[in-house]
Amino acid sequence: MYHFNFTPVFDNFYLLLYGAWLTVRLSFVAMILGLVVSVLGAVARTSRYKILRGLVGAYVEIIRNTPFLIQIFFLFFGLPAVGIALNPNVAALVALVINVGAYGTEITRAGIESVPHGQVEAGRALGLEPVQIFRYVVLKPALRNVYPAMTSQFIYLMLTSSVVSTISANDLASAGADLNAKTFASFEIYLVITAMYLVLSLLFSGLFRLVQHTLFNYPASR
Amino acid sequence: MIRQFGPADILFIIEAVRWTLLLSVIAFVGGAVGGLIVALARSSDSIALRRISAVFIRIFQGTPLLMQLFLFYFGLAVLNLPINPLLAAAVALTFHASAYLGEIWRGSIQAVPTGQLEAATALSLSYRDRMQSVILPQAARIGVAPTVGFLVQLIKGTSLTSIIGFTELTRAGQIVNNATFDPFVVFGLVAVIYFLICWPLSLYARRLEARMRRAFTR
Repeated sequence: MYHFNFTPVFDNFYLLLYGAWLTVRLSFVAMILGLVVSVLGAVARTSRYKILRGLVGAYVEIIRNTPFLIQIFFLFFGLPAVGIALNPNVAALVALVINVGAYGTEITRAGIESVPHGQVEAGRALGLEPVQIFRYVVLKPALRNVYPAMTSQFIYLMLTSSVVSTISANDLASAGADLNAKTFASFEIYLVITAMYLVLSLLFSGLFRLVQHTLFNYPASR
Repeated sequence: MIRQFGPADILFIIEAVRWTLLLSVIAFVGGAVGGLIVALARSSDSIALRRISAVFIRIFQGTPLLMQLFLFYFGLAVLNLPINPLLAAAVALTFHASAYLGEIWRGSIQAVPTGQLEAATALSLSYRDRMQSVILPQAARIGVAPTVGFLVQLIKGTSLTSIIGFTELTRAGQIVNNATFDPFVVFGLVAVIYFLICWPLSLYARRLEARMRRAFTR
């Protein structure tokens, strides 16, 4: 009979809490930067320049059809061979941004394409500048339309970020791995950490609902 | 001893593809069975079944696949079973896929117009007949595109089983890299192989989706 021993986990719980904070910070920064990449990517993907569309299309397809683990290995182990050495935490952030940027580009593009063209013409008729039209008439309704898809992608990003522990970047999963190496209470540690990730994903989805209520709290146009 | 990356290494990596494919097939088939149960429970009349299946989905969609793999891997020791990466990986991925497919198929079942269910009930068909002959065939058509999309996610997910020591494509790449120390070429090759497996599926999923959209806007 297996004897559960949660003492090492709760004696060192502060280490795991700190790891959770690092995961929150890493994911949050990756979400913000990923959103920027997504918007830029979607603009390029819908631009009139064929080369630009093709390049961004290739980026999206390559990232979406290869595992994140390979992407981060390539970045962390492969790039030093061509003279670009990143420390684990930077490599982790870059890999996450590149990854979520590809999915976000597709999501944002779908959002932009869902905005009726008449709306853009109405903006032009009102004498808005192109930048204003993009910002208020296209982007905001576009992001509103794809908000659920985007935020579930962000939560998926937070879960995926556990993989950065494989290149020993600092996060919740690597805090767990460190504790495991010290105490060998493997199952107990991973049970607690898995529960912590569940709490984090619930917290993030609560936060996203709150943001939705403040940013998009106006009636739908149709 | 570091040696040159050669044809034998390429062969070793390519041969490991079968383990990635085998694991994907096991998880997909297991996940299809589990997913159907979850989807039916999720759209059933019983509140208890709906709640339990919702919690199941929440847990497996709200936690990292990597942690799920660790839990099943170390869980074998808890159950006094011998440590076996393939078994742990297959079981973990099956549960993982059951949750995702269950949620996808719940959506497909609920996307079937309610009139269909009402008509089937009015004809006094049994639950089994209602599902088997009326709802599920229509739901299957709706669900096939996102299912293929999830299959891509599942195949990519099998790469994480390398971390619990199962020698599939990613682990084979790591082994070769440890011997040749040519990560740029090795992981580049591994990435290309994953891409060649996943990209056709992604394109197929997108084509199905477009066809579906046309069918529904008609």
